[in-house]
Amino acid sequence: MSTENRFGFLDEYAKKEVRRTALKAVAIPGYQVPYSSREMPMGRGFGTGGLQLTLALIGAGDTLKVIDQGSDDSVNAVNLRQFIEMTCPGVNTTSSTEDADLIQSRHRIPEAPLREDQLLVLQVPYPDPLVVVEASEDKRKQMHGEGDYARLLVKLYEDIVQFDEITLSHRYPTRINHHYVIDPSPIPRWDVPKLNQSSALVLLGAGREKKIYAVPPYTDAEPLVFDDIPFRVEAFFDEHGERRACARCGCRSSFLDEYVDSSTAEPVYRCSDADWCNQQLLVGSQAGLDKEKSHA
Amino acid sequence: MGYVAIKGGAQAIAASQRVCELLRARQAEGTPLATETIEHQLRLLHQRVLSEGGVYHPELASLAIKQAQGDSLEAAFILRAYRSTVPRLTETEVLDTRQMRITRRISSAFKDIPGGQVLGANTDYHLRLLRMELLNESEEQFQSITRDWFQSTTDLALDQIPDTFPKVLDALREQGLIAPSDPQRRGLDAFDITREPLIFPVPRSAALATMARGEQGALLSIAYSNMRGYGDIHPTIAELRVGFLPVMLPHPVTGRPMEVGEVEITECEVVAMYEGNGKADMPYFTLGYGACFGHNEVKAISMAILDRSLQIGMDQGPTNPSEDPEFVLLHVDGIDSMGFCTHYKMPHYVTFQSDMDRLRTTQGKMNGERS
Repeated sequence: MSTENRFGFLDEYAKKEVRRTALKAVAIPGYQVPYSSREMPMGRGFGTGGLQLTLALIGAGDTLKVIDQGSDDSVNAVNLRQFIEMTCPGVNTTSSTEDADLIQSRHRIPEAPLREDQLLVLQVPYPDPLVVVEASEDKRKQMHGEGDYARLLVKLYEDIVQFDEITLSHRYPTRINHHYVIDPSPIPRWDVPKLNQSSALVLLGAGREKKIYAVPPYTDAEPLVFDDIPFRVEAFFDEHGERRACARCGCRSSFLDEYVDSSTAEPVYRCSDADWCNQQLLVGSQAGLDKEKSHA
Repeated sequence: MGYVAIKGGAQAIAASQRVCELLRARQAEGTPLATETIEHQLRLLHQRVLSEGGVYHPELASLAIKQAQGDSLEAAFILRAYRSTVPRLTETEVLDTRQMRITRRISSAFKDIPGGQVLGANTDYHLRLLRMELLNESEEQFQSITRDWFQSTTDLALDQIPDTFPKVLDALREQGLIAPSDPQRRGLDAFDITREPLIFPVPRSAALATMARGEQGALLSIAYSNMRGYGDIHPTIAELRVGFLPVMLPHPVTGRPMEVGEVEITECEVVAMYEGNGKADMPYFTLGYGACFGHNEVKAISMAILDRSLQIGMDQGPTNPSEDPEFVLLHVDGIDSMGFCTHYKMPHYVTFQSDMDRLRTTQGKMNGERS
């Protein structure tokens, strides 16, 4: 068997198909382009759509970062990264957002702004935002074509009537280039504004559902809202109305994960983006050193 | 701090793999399972994996079962992933199942079918009682079974067994009970589900291909819903056949079709009551077709019933789940469904954090209203 020798695991026809699908996705921003989607050696739902994009797009000499929940060290990120290293000789891996050419991510967009020469691949479980109001894909396709998002807006409106708040947390429906509404993958609300006029190309791959779609660089991406109800990201304020800080690096401007300290039973907050947290520590210690110098 | 976010994933994965490997080999004084043993002694599991894996590679199917420690979903998954690494080189002409080398063939429509019924290997009429003598079966006893079989059947008139059997459907067609086959449809290319995604509405060939490698339990469950009343097929099995189908490819030089090998398959053709569509068309029995790799009758019958119910759904619009092509075809693949089920075990910290934010915000608003 020649699987060990083939760069990127997939046979060449499969990679070619993924690339052509990605090109079409970029050409029609937000449109879910169907593709055949091969079975990968990891489970459907573990990022096989993102993985196929990465394997089709990465080449020797490229530097790859894989994150899951913002962390390079979480089990699934490690698993995917090891597989890509095994099947793509010559690819470098990094945990630094800045050093990466290609970032494959599940559930997060890095806190650090991405650049034009970087590519973000997001893993997608449910590609279609209309699935919450319409089960039939055939009908959804027609609704997308006609830009008919009335039922989705009604759903948001009903939330406001019932809860005085839109209850969608992650996977917030987002309109791309003023036409197609996408499911931006299960990123938190916090990350949605990063899609708007992003310098980097964002490709979204759904393996099980066999769809690829894109938010091209410098494209408008607007969360679906009403004129009088602004879009709000997750709030991290304590009972005194003060912005919580990361317990590790002290950052007050990042998405925080909430833990319970088992010794005190108190909630503790830390940056979800591991690389961002490390960078803040470095900056902080540098600032500390500078401070000491100025005192001396 | 008391809580440490999941770190050291690589070590954890490696350790987990070692434990799995330990459990596979835990019968320390035992002998490793030979792939031939799996192919023969776990015949039906092996064929189920061949069918759901979607690659007819008996040796690798055995390996997948050994590696997956007998989990049929996992084994089919390993085989399917292997499939992604190999290119599709060619496609065969439509293979004629009349050419099958039959090991079993029955009809529940007629007692006397042309060529006769062949019961073959099947447990339908066995008493499902534990055979305690197999608990301590000796090698000698085990090996005497084939020896005795061949000794006692030497006088069987092998030349009296025909190579091929005619189709029951052909007889029904001759009698004008089912519609003549449409010559225009014969030339249609089959939809290749391994190279094209399903975009609804899909042709019948896409539905058949999807079900052919679908998960047995999923097909059975949806077909059973139709049998019980969420649907209205009332099928009769015109013919169920199991055997070896010659695979023909054109000779590279002469271009003439030649046999390159054979695959063991199960094929089921059901007829159902004619449809009164209100038009002036001649009424006929309607057909449902099922076929899959390996000896798997429950799967072939379920598929044939679903083929019939899906055709009703495609023609007249679905009135229950088993008639809805999207419902059936997007939910019967074992690799897709088990993968997605398994993925819920992965961390969902970020989305859950986001959920908590929404809940706390709405709770806060409710509290504000009350006070």
